[in-house]
Amino acid sequence: MSETTPGTAAQFPPLEGPPLLGLHEMELNFGPQHPSTHGVLRLVLKVDGERIVSARPDIGYLHRGTEKLFETETFPMVVPHTDRMDYVASATNNHAYVLVVEKLLGVEVPKRAQYIRVLLDEMQRISSHVLWLATAALDLGAITPFFYTFREREVILDLFEEYCGARLTLNCMRIGGLPVDLTPGWLEKVRAFTEPFEKNVDEYEELLTENRIWKQRTIGIGVLDEKRCIEWGMTGPVLRAAGKAWDIRRAIPYEVYPELEFDIPVGKNADTYDRYLVRVAELRQSRRIVLQCLDWLEKNPGTEIRGKVPRVIKPPAGEAYAAVEAPKGELGFHLVASGGNKPYRLHVRPPSFINLQALPEMAQGHLVGDLVAVIGTIDIVLGEVDR
Amino acid sequence: MSEDKTISPETPAPEPVSKAPETPAPAAPEPRPVPAAAPAPAAAAAAAPKPAVPAVPAAPPKPAGPKPTDASGKPLVAALAAAVPGSVLDAYEFVGETTVKVDPGKLVEACRHLKDAEGFTYLVDLTAVDWKERDPRFDVLLLLHSFSRGQERLRLKAAVGESCPSVTGVWLTANWMEREVFDMYGVRFDGHPDLRRILTWDGFQGHPLRKDFPVEGIDTGAAIYPERYPEGGGPGPKDPNRKVLS
Repeated sequence: MSETTPGTAAQFPPLEGPPLLGLHEMELNFGPQHPSTHGVLRLVLKVDGERIVSARPDIGYLHRGTEKLFETETFPMVVPHTDRMDYVASATNNHAYVLVVEKLLGVEVPKRAQYIRVLLDEMQRISSHVLWLATAALDLGAITPFFYTFREREVILDLFEEYCGARLTLNCMRIGGLPVDLTPGWLEKVRAFTEPFEKNVDEYEELLTENRIWKQRTIGIGVLDEKRCIEWGMTGPVLRAAGKAWDIRRAIPYEVYPELEFDIPVGKNADTYDRYLVRVAELRQSRRIVLQCLDWLEKNPGTEIRGKVPRVIKPPAGEAYAAVEAPKGELGFHLVASGGNKPYRLHVRPPSFINLQALPEMAQGHLVGDLVAVIGTIDIVLGEVDR
Repeated sequence: MSEDKTISPETPAPEPVSKAPETPAPAAPEPRPVPAAAPAPAAAAAAAPKPAVPAVPAAPPKPAGPKPTDASGKPLVAALAAAVPGSVLDAYEFVGETTVKVDPGKLVEACRHLKDAEGFTYLVDLTAVDWKERDPRFDVLLLLHSFSRGQERLRLKAAVGESCPSVTGVWLTANWMEREVFDMYGVRFDGHPDLRRILTWDGFQGHPLRKDFPVEGIDTGAAIYPERYPEGGGPGPKDPNRKVLS
């Protein structure tokens, strides 16, 4: 069977067979070891001089068969695997997974646990966005923002470490609640970080927002308007920069988001610069949410961190889908349970994978140097693209 | 940390269940959509959670778990059935999500109708499930979202063998999703513009997410360096160490 299956080497030689290039065209390999690809993304570019005629992403270098592994593990054992997908925002990964199991189980999560989850999510969003800001600016030659943003990121990672013992792969949620309660004095430390964070964002903006070089490198680069964004299934800051105020936290709210006040920042030019502005505005909104969570948690002390969960988790047979607004876009888990203690099928809808699909369209016609800006602006994490 | 233990005595850290028995092979692969009046599903649902928690005293008041209810009367489903006759085979609602079983032959037509007439412009997810023993072996699942319908999403489900019509003509974003399903399950999407493997490499043998694919992998060396790794070098089909799921 496998010999005749289309897609095998016999039918599809690697790449596009004998390259059919125009007179002035050249095929160029970009990655997988290129530093600006943020991991192991390989692009096969067709260039005319320095202008990109077409770009073809080649992914899978980091494929670890996560979805196959899900099927071999019991429901609670899946949580640490989700950390390894988007490894710079593991709290949201955990969150999306536990949500889908809770949906099928019908478990009620205590309100305090929900607030802590949202608090962790938003801190994770801040840390993911500042990492994006650091690397996207670094790709374009601006090294200074890197030092500023890592100053804050380090504090967040230390706070995570104090809460759950890990800095990146947090494993910080459980089906029905949280693994551990907050450590004493943790909320004050979070507040001490969050209160002055607005000033830090001002510092980033001072470096970049009106910077002539930054604007020249980003304005009008990688434009993808709202209609095309929806056609390509783009979500997250890329869609919002195109002017569509759509955010899962508002559109399909989960946990306590309906009780929290925050705005959905939108851009209008759908280019790299607007995506930068949207992400910076989201830093401020996340700070607002963190402060509201801190207020609630300080007003409502307690010890409730987990709801009533059966000893052996066996959701009823059926399908369910739950999604969260991850820093990169809509992160969803599609669970098909068969009534056993392991997921029969657990599919991840990773925002990076879907968003990366539109890269050829966004990069077409730009210079090779601008391709770096376009890759940066989608904010991909290859661990999530390849799973 | 000690507070944690006091509040949830019956929920230990989840790791100890790692040696739990294998997932039972599902006898009935899908939740049976039944008319709301039938008393049988209530009994079935009541029986289902019993083996899970024999020791916990809090078991009796537990709600009987969600069960699918018939959703073919929903205006959206009725409109789809009217616009594309023969497309809707079945429809049910489960944990607040509507699922429509679609005839694979009418899948593209149904998607086109849903996108153009009902506003489902955003294809959220496309994936597949392998039911090893069933005759049309795979289920292709599509999840649609409409920006004008609030929170409501629609899941389409088509039972297919190894070929399925492609919906790339309806939503561009289906391109990579279908390539992934092809790569992982070997379902060919007819009409797909560029059906190549995406996560594994060109020349990889087999489809990893099929239930009969071994978890520890296959001898992939043979595919790349046949002279150095002759076929059968890894855990072959008869190797007792080769694990096969369920």
